[in-house]
Amino acid sequence: MAEAQFEVDLGNLMAFDPHHRFVSPPSSREELSKASIEHGTKLVQAIADVLFSLPSREDQDGPIVTLPAPTTKLPRAKPLPKPRPPTNWEVFAQKKGIQKRKKEKLVFDDNTESWKRRHGYDRVNDDNDIPIIEAKATDEPGTDPFAERRKEKKGRVDKQEKNRLHNLKQAAKVGALPSHIQLAATALPITGTQTMTKKISKDELQNVAGMAATATASGGKFDKKLPGEKPPKHEKKYRKFLPAVEGSGMGSMERQQTEKVLNKLISKDSHEILNVEKAVNMYNVKSDKRQQKKQGGKSSSSSRLKPDKKSFKKSSSKKSPYKGKGKSK
Amino acid sequence: MMRIKTPGKGRIRRELDKRAPKLVETGKKTLILHGTKTSGVLNSVLTEIYHLKRDDSVKYTRRNDTVRPFESGGETSLEFYSLKTDCSLFVFGSHSKKRPNNLVIGRFYDHHIYDLVEIGVENFRSMDSFSYDKKFAPLIGSKPFFAFIGEGFENVDELRHLKEVLLDLFHGQAVTNLNLAGLDRVFVCTALSSNKIFFSHCALRLKKSGTTVPRMELVEVGPSMDMVVRRHRLPDDHLRKEAMKTAPELTKKKEKNVSKDPIEGKIGKIYIPDQKVGSVPLANIAKGLKRERREAKLMKSEDKKQKKQKQESE
Repeated sequence: MAEAQFEVDLGNLMAFDPHHRFVSPPSSREELSKASIEHGTKLVQAIADVLFSLPSREDQDGPIVTLPAPTTKLPRAKPLPKPRPPTNWEVFAQKKGIQKRKKEKLVFDDNTESWKRRHGYDRVNDDNDIPIIEAKATDEPGTDPFAERRKEKKGRVDKQEKNRLHNLKQAAKVGALPSHIQLAATALPITGTQTMTKKISKDELQNVAGMAATATASGGKFDKKLPGEKPPKHEKKYRKFLPAVEGSGMGSMERQQTEKVLNKLISKDSHEILNVEKAVNMYNVKSDKRQQKKQGGKSSSSSRLKPDKKSFKKSSSKKSPYKGKGKSK
Repeated sequence: MMRIKTPGKGRIRRELDKRAPKLVETGKKTLILHGTKTSGVLNSVLTEIYHLKRDDSVKYTRRNDTVRPFESGGETSLEFYSLKTDCSLFVFGSHSKKRPNNLVIGRFYDHHIYDLVEIGVENFRSMDSFSYDKKFAPLIGSKPFFAFIGEGFENVDELRHLKEVLLDLFHGQAVTNLNLAGLDRVFVCTALSSNKIFFSHCALRLKKSGTTVPRMELVEVGPSMDMVVRRHRLPDDHLRKEAMKTAPELTKKKEKNVSKDPIEGKIGKIYIPDQKVGSVPLANIAKGLKRERREAKLMKSEDKKQKKQKQESE
């Protein structure tokens, strides 16, 4: 048997033989397992042939090989993360060409001639350590320079918080909020992915208000309208009836109406409006049912249990509008 | 007022970051649980699957009455568990008269049900019933080989789906560097009919052969069973498309106009556009001409200037 190539997916260490078929299923369990394992060995050997011929590098545990990407794609478990938009500072730094520089943990302090840490306990240039602040010419007498310094620091911290909040809000808009952060007016537990709730537009609100208004007994006609709320779009009347007595002036409106309908029915494109087949089918089905009912009523006893079905509907309106008129004449 | 809530620091933050969606995904965790009633066979199946995937699976011991994967309301508990344990695969066992020894294997996308396969387990043989030399036993966490035999896996919808799900369930972590000494297990699946497969787990023995490629020998080790596909639910098209999206690869821009010559090295061609010799306006420089011609040209340009001035004044 010309065995075509197995499909080998090296990235997943998988081999698939699409040409095998059990002509007759093996009789016993052992035979089945033996045959499967034999065949499996062939497949695994095929993968190993390719695998061991890949370039490998030696490690203490054994040869290490770089696998290629798998060919059978498997679905992700979580959606793709969206890239974070750059923060205000990042935009500014890119524009100015400012590079990030790694800062040392220890800084040499000239006053004490020792190495002090940059942040934390006993740090370099600590604001609280300054014992004396010399007064400048611009200073007013009576102002406390230490209090001033503290106020400035508080101002800087608040500004930074504001900027951080702004950056996080920008990220949340795109959907790229870091997973451990929540922006919320209320505290909700972090569940799944956080997507921004869609903002409802004015049109949608109007539609919904209109729908709610129709739920009232008067159909929303006498509801108090808020200032600025527009009257409902639809007139509530969905059918237009001709007046009982026609005044002079317009001419015969009834005739116009019927002419309109006739033109549509008889025109070239009438098959798009009236589906003749469907109409014929409906008529046939109805007449069949009528006949069955007549016949069934004579023979079977089950009709006694079934209630008499009186159709309260008018007869099918698919018939020509002139039929009744013709008969009466 | 908006408040930034950062739950804790350190360990909690690291845990949350581990669960955050990543660009390239590593292994998936599995949730193993059972429903209202199980049989002895099913219990051992679930325990063995748990042993096969020890590191990355969670097994629930109590029975869960509210979990019904194929019904529309019965998935909420499953989705909640998946959220809490951060699992994206589940194996749910249940036993009833209509569906004996039933196993539902399913996957989640974004903690909502992505797809389901329901299989019935028949002719189950547990790991203990196989006798073999214990030193060939495969280690936990090693990357397995897969062998799928049978044209059914390609032609029949359900078997194709089952193949994908089994691959997802057992393939371990997505690795790029593989240690060849640590390969010691194979999963062999043979399609017996259009809805039945024979599933077996074997250990690998690498034997010396003449070439660098060792000779493979399979020893049946682990659980073996017949899986009968009963029902399955494929994901909707648009959900499938979303789940199959891969990270936008940074496309390396193809370097244009660069070729390498062994003698001269890197070569690039300079393309000069055609010179429009006819339509280039020439300057009216009188330099470089003989005196008569020069004077004639200058006179000509003066005449032109006078004419222009006359016209403008008019």
